[in-house]
Amino acid sequence: MASQLLDVKGLNCPLPILRAKKALKDVAIGGTLEVLATDPGAVKDFEAFCRTTGNELVSSKEEGKVFSFVIKRTS
Amino acid sequence: MTNESNTKSLSMIVTKGSLDWAYPPFILATTAAAMGLNVSMFFTFYGLTLLKKKLDLKISTLGNPAMAMPMFGMHVAMPNLVSAIPGVDAAATTMMKNLIKKKGVASIEELRSTALEADVKMIACQMTMDLFEYTKDDLIEGPELGGAATYIETATKSDINLFI
Repeated sequence: MASQLLDVKGLNCPLPILRAKKALKDVAIGGTLEVLATDPGAVKDFEAFCRTTGNELVSSKEEGKVFSFVIKRTS
Repeated sequence: MTNESNTKSLSMIVTKGSLDWAYPPFILATTAAAMGLNVSMFFTFYGLTLLKKKLDLKISTLGNPAMAMPMFGMHVAMPNLVSAIPGVDAAATTMMKNLIKKKGVASIEELRSTALEADVKMIACQMTMDLFEYTKDDLIEGPELGGAATYIETATKSDINLFI
């Protein structure tokens, strides 16, 4: 289980990334954030976001029309 | 996030002030800032209107053959002759604003305040202020005033430089 949950279903680019960045500030280092989104573009964008910021994308899944991403805050 | 010595940077020249053209610079600025980049935006000519306290952004279908709006289950483009009729741009603007809401796209106001919160550096072009007779009171809090040399200095230190 992720330590925090962020629901950005219905929001479009770049809001899922912007809201996730904001939410990550409240996650302890080493903690995780689960993001629920419906924007299909978020799949590639969360990969790029994590590669660039150095946070770890622990998992990226699709269930129905909802994407879920688990991000571990590394620094 | 990224360590200080390795921080990348993005600079942009923002020259357009219509509702549709306001999106690319603010989307890129907020996203780059969220990804740890230092971001600078230089607002010149019509782009300067994006810094006004009260935004009243519009679109024009005139001279934009690629702008086909989803209507009646298909995509409808607007012939230039029709675009020139008074009220058509206002109707197109209303339609665009409704689409923006319906599709969960951020408003320009929201992106702009997110950019300011994320310490995106905004520079308002002094020459454009003089040319179009704007004062600092017309603009939101935050932007500094500067000219071409201010931008060029920023650009020489930036990893990415965009003209929008």
